[in-house]
Amino acid sequence: MIALKIENLSKNFGRTEVLKKINLEINEGNFLVLLGPSGCGKSTLLNIVAGLETIDEGAVFIDDYNVSNVEPKDRNIAMVFQSYALYPSMNVKENITFGLKQSKTPKNKIEEQLKKVSTFLQVDELLNRKPSQLSGGQRQRVAIGRALVREPRIFLFDEPLSNLDAKLRVEMRREIKKIHKKLKTTVVYVTHDQTEAMSLGTNIAIMNHGVIQQCDTPKNIYNKPHNIFVADFIGAPPMNLIQGNFINGNFIPNGSSNIKIPLDKYDFKDSNNSKNEKSIYLGIRPEHIYIDKNNSDYFQISAKSELVEYIGHEQIVTFNYFEQQFLGKFPSTLDINMDKNLKLYIDLNQISLFDKNTKERL
Amino acid sequence: MSANTTIASYKQLEGRSKITNLLLRWFLYFILILFASYFIFPLYVMLVTAFKTMPEIRQGNLLTLPNQLNFESWIVAWGGRGYGAGDTYLRPYFWNSIKMVVPAVFFSTFIGAMTGYVLTKWRFKGDRWVFLFLLFGCFIPYQAILLPMARTLAVLGISNSILGLVVVHSVYGIPFTTLFFRNYYVSIPDELIKAARIDGAGFFKIFFKILLPISAPIIVVTVIWQFTQIWNDFLFGATFSFGKAAPIQVALNNMVLSSTSVKEYNVDMASAIIAGVPTLIVYVLAGKYFIKGLTSGAVKG
Repeated sequence: MIALKIENLSKNFGRTEVLKKINLEINEGNFLVLLGPSGCGKSTLLNIVAGLETIDEGAVFIDDYNVSNVEPKDRNIAMVFQSYALYPSMNVKENITFGLKQSKTPKNKIEEQLKKVSTFLQVDELLNRKPSQLSGGQRQRVAIGRALVREPRIFLFDEPLSNLDAKLRVEMRREIKKIHKKLKTTVVYVTHDQTEAMSLGTNIAIMNHGVIQQCDTPKNIYNKPHNIFVADFIGAPPMNLIQGNFINGNFIPNGSSNIKIPLDKYDFKDSNNSKNEKSIYLGIRPEHIYIDKNNSDYFQISAKSELVEYIGHEQIVTFNYFEQQFLGKFPSTLDINMDKNLKLYIDLNQISLFDKNTKERL
Repeated sequence: MSANTTIASYKQLEGRSKITNLLLRWFLYFILILFASYFIFPLYVMLVTAFKTMPEIRQGNLLTLPNQLNFESWIVAWGGRGYGAGDTYLRPYFWNSIKMVVPAVFFSTFIGAMTGYVLTKWRFKGDRWVFLFLLFGCFIPYQAILLPMARTLAVLGISNSILGLVVVHSVYGIPFTTLFFRNYYVSIPDELIKAARIDGAGFFKIFFKILLPISAPIIVVTVIWQFTQIWNDFLFGATFSFGKAAPIQVALNNMVLSSTSVKEYNVDMASAIIAGVPTLIVYVLAGKYFIKGLTSGAVKG
C-alpha cells in the first residue's frame, strides 16, 4: 500500500522555484531518505508533507487521501526537528504529552502512552527534567518520544542528527534504525549526510535544485547513478569521471591515441545508446581500481601515481592518466611507489557511462 | 639572535610591561572614581538637604551633613501641612501615577509581545513594512504627537483623565515594546512553533503556553523600560491632564514652582527623591534580569 504520494508538486518562494514538479511514492513501512546539498529543497518538501508550508501546485496524498488542505495536526504525522524543538518551559513528561493533551486524549490513555514510550526510549528517569538539563542525545530521544507518542502513520525527520557530535550521531543512527525495524512505520527522513542516507534508507531520493535526480534503493544509487550529479554526490571520494570518446563500442580516453577500452559488456540503459559516436565520461569508483589482476574482466591501464593520502584502514592515491586525474582506494598495507607509472586494473563490470552533453547515464 | 640573548630580552620586556600595567591600572581607577563621584554628587546633596532644617540650609554649605536627621520635610512633601487651600503635596498624585503606570505598562508590554510574536512567527506578506513603520514610531518625538493626541482624546471623551494618560502611554510605548519582543523572538527557533503546530496548538496556545513562559528576561527589560519612561514622563502628563488628574511629575513641578512664600529646599529635595524612588525600586528588584535580558539570546538547543 502506498503510504505517501506526492504528485506534480511545485513550490516558489517569491521568484525562486524551490521545488519543480516533484513526483514521489513511498510504500507503507519503507524508509525514504531525501538527500541533497543544502538549498536543494529537501526540507521544504518535508515541511510541505507536514503541512507547515503551503503548496503552489500539485498535491500530497497520505493513505490515498489528498491532504493538501488538511491541518498539520490532522495529517497523522509526527516530526522530529534538527534543533529538537523541545518546549523549554516544560519538563520531559509535559513535552511528550503536550500533543495528546491538545487532542483531548483521556488521562489514563495519556499515562499509558507516556509509560510505553518512555520505557521504550529509556527516558523514564528523566521525566521531570527540563530540556536544558538534558544532554544532546537525551534531548534527541525525547524529541523522538514526542513523535512516537502520537502513533502517527508517517514519521518525518528533519536532519535529526546533525546537531550531535560524531560518535553520538552514529549511535543515534543505529537507534533510529532499530526503532524503524521494530515499529515498521513509514518514515521520511531529510539529511545531507550520505552515510546516514545509505545506512538508514530503504529508498533514497537524491535532490538538487528542486528536482529529484534519482529515487532508488541505496545499492542502485551507489552502483548505477542516473546522472553525473548523483555519481559525483555519492561516495567519498566520489566516482572518478574520465573524459573521452565512444567510438565503435570502445572508450578512448582524451589525450590517448592507441588505448581502447572495450565496452561490449556494458549494460546500456537503451541499446540505441551504443550506436552513435559521442563524447562521454567513463565513471569508475576508486575502490574498483586494483593493483593486481584477479579477474578476466579487469582491464589494464597505466597511470602515474602522484599523491598518497593515508587514512588508517586505507589509502587514497591520486593518479595522472593522460593529464586527467583520478583516485584509487587501496588497503593501507599495500606499498605504492610515488611518481612512477604503475600498472592498474579497472573492473569493467563496475563502470558507469555518462553522455557528456546530457550528463545522463547511457 | 642566540637563545640566551632572546631570554634576556624576554626578561627585560616582562619587567617593563609589569610596571606599565600597574601604572595604567591606577590611572584607570582614578578616572573611574572621578566619574563615579561626579554622578553620585547630586544625589548626595539632595539627600543631605532633604534631612536638614531650613535655618541649617541657609547658613551651612551644601556638602555638610545634617546636625540631626530631620524627617519633617519628608512628611510635608508626602502629606502636606494640613491647612486647606494651596497646600500641594505628593500623596494623591503618587497614586495617580501608580494608577497610570501599572495598566499602561501592562498593556504596552502585552501588545508588544503579541506584535513581536506575529512579526516573527506568523510572517505575512509585507510584514517587514509593518515592522519598519512601527520602528518609525520609536523616532517620533513627543512634541509631534501632542496635538493629534489631544484631539483624539477629546473625541474619545477621556481628556484630562488617568484613563487618557494610560491610552497615550500605551500607544506611544508599542513601537518600543514591539522592537524588544521582536528581537527576542527572532532568535527563538521557528521549529518550536512548527512542533507545536503539529502537536495541535493554535495561535494563542502557542503564545501563552510555549513562548510567554520563556519570555521572562525580555518581559523584565520591557517592564523596566516602560515603567521608567511612563513614570518619569512630564510632557504628556502636563499636556493631557491638570489639577486632580495630574501624575506625580507634574505635581512635583507645581510644588517646586508654585511656592508663594519662601523656597523650602528641604521639602523640594524630599519630594524629588520620593518621585524618583519607584523607578529605583524597580531597577533594584529586576536589575539582575535586566542585564541578562539585554544580553541573552534565546534558549539554546
